[in-house]
Amino acid sequence: MTSTQVMLITGTRKGIGKFLADYYVNKDFRVIGCSRNPIDYKLANYHHFCLDVCNEKKVKQMFAEIRKTAGRLDVLINNAGIASMNHVLLTPVKTVRQILNTNVLGTFLFCREAAKLMQLNKYGRIVNFSTVATPLKLEGEAIYAASKAAILSLTEVLSKELADFGITVNSVGPTPVKTDLIRSVPKEKIDRLLAMQAISRFGTFDDIANVINFFIKKESDFVTGQNIYLGGV
Amino acid sequence: MHDKIQKLIIAQIEEINEQLEFKVPIELGIDAPLFGGNNGILNSISLVTLIVAVEQSIEDEFETAIILADEKAMSQKNSPFLTIGSLVDYIVHLLNEDNDND
Repeated sequence: MTSTQVMLITGTRKGIGKFLADYYVNKDFRVIGCSRNPIDYKLANYHHFCLDVCNEKKVKQMFAEIRKTAGRLDVLINNAGIASMNHVLLTPVKTVRQILNTNVLGTFLFCREAAKLMQLNKYGRIVNFSTVATPLKLEGEAIYAASKAAILSLTEVLSKELADFGITVNSVGPTPVKTDLIRSVPKEKIDRLLAMQAISRFGTFDDIANVINFFIKKESDFVTGQNIYLGGV
Repeated sequence: MHDKIQKLIIAQIEEINEQLEFKVPIELGIDAPLFGGNNGILNSISLVTLIVAVEQSIEDEFETAIILADEKAMSQKNSPFLTIGSLVDYIVHLLNEDNDND
């Protein structure tokens, strides 16, 4: 087995995912990314797939190709996610389905298929994305917060089911980070939210990478089923 | 197609057998018990390992992705994972279904 680790990151077209792709390529990972739409950047040691994370057939095809070309998968970062700010009385079912599909079904699907590849080497690190919107019970984010609450449960249960295969499953819960995800949230609301954190500032991409680095370290093989919220939430 | 799939499954079981205390008696051919029933040999972890390995070798051999552990398989009165023979039949069925849908 060569020493170059293979990492798969979902949602790498922009924001945190794009940052992480660049960050881990520079840390000598072979990085594979995916997004619904094509990317407008190029990276050495990076391969991109265009797909919807909840399209089972496409996702399985991508994993089959990863198995054939890379032969292994060491790390999965389930970053892809969508949010929608809306009062419950004004939330269309279509929006609910979209959020649950991307955030819950997509994460599940990638965990399942990644674990199939990781178990070949009896080694794997899965990092899911939760959010501070869940413990802070943010009004207007009922479905987003609920979808991420599902990620916490998924992370905890999968950590037990996959432990025998040498795979750890953890999650990181970012505070608001300046990305498109919070673009439509009013400033007063963001300020109130930041005030609820122990450390009242926006999160940065590096804050998130720092937690991921801890989870995916080889030495973190006794750390699983855990969630770390940033900002002291 | 049956023979080809049977050989694929047996090749995967041979690998898994190396790690098992009680081995799947592949000399019984299609009658070799796998999981469930009164004579099941595999525990749930080794069944998962077998399912994944077989899915991957089917993908390689037939260039098509199948999912062995779906609702249909889990809800069938006679589990497709009972014996090598029942697993072969189930995979043939899935592959035919896949061809019909193309």
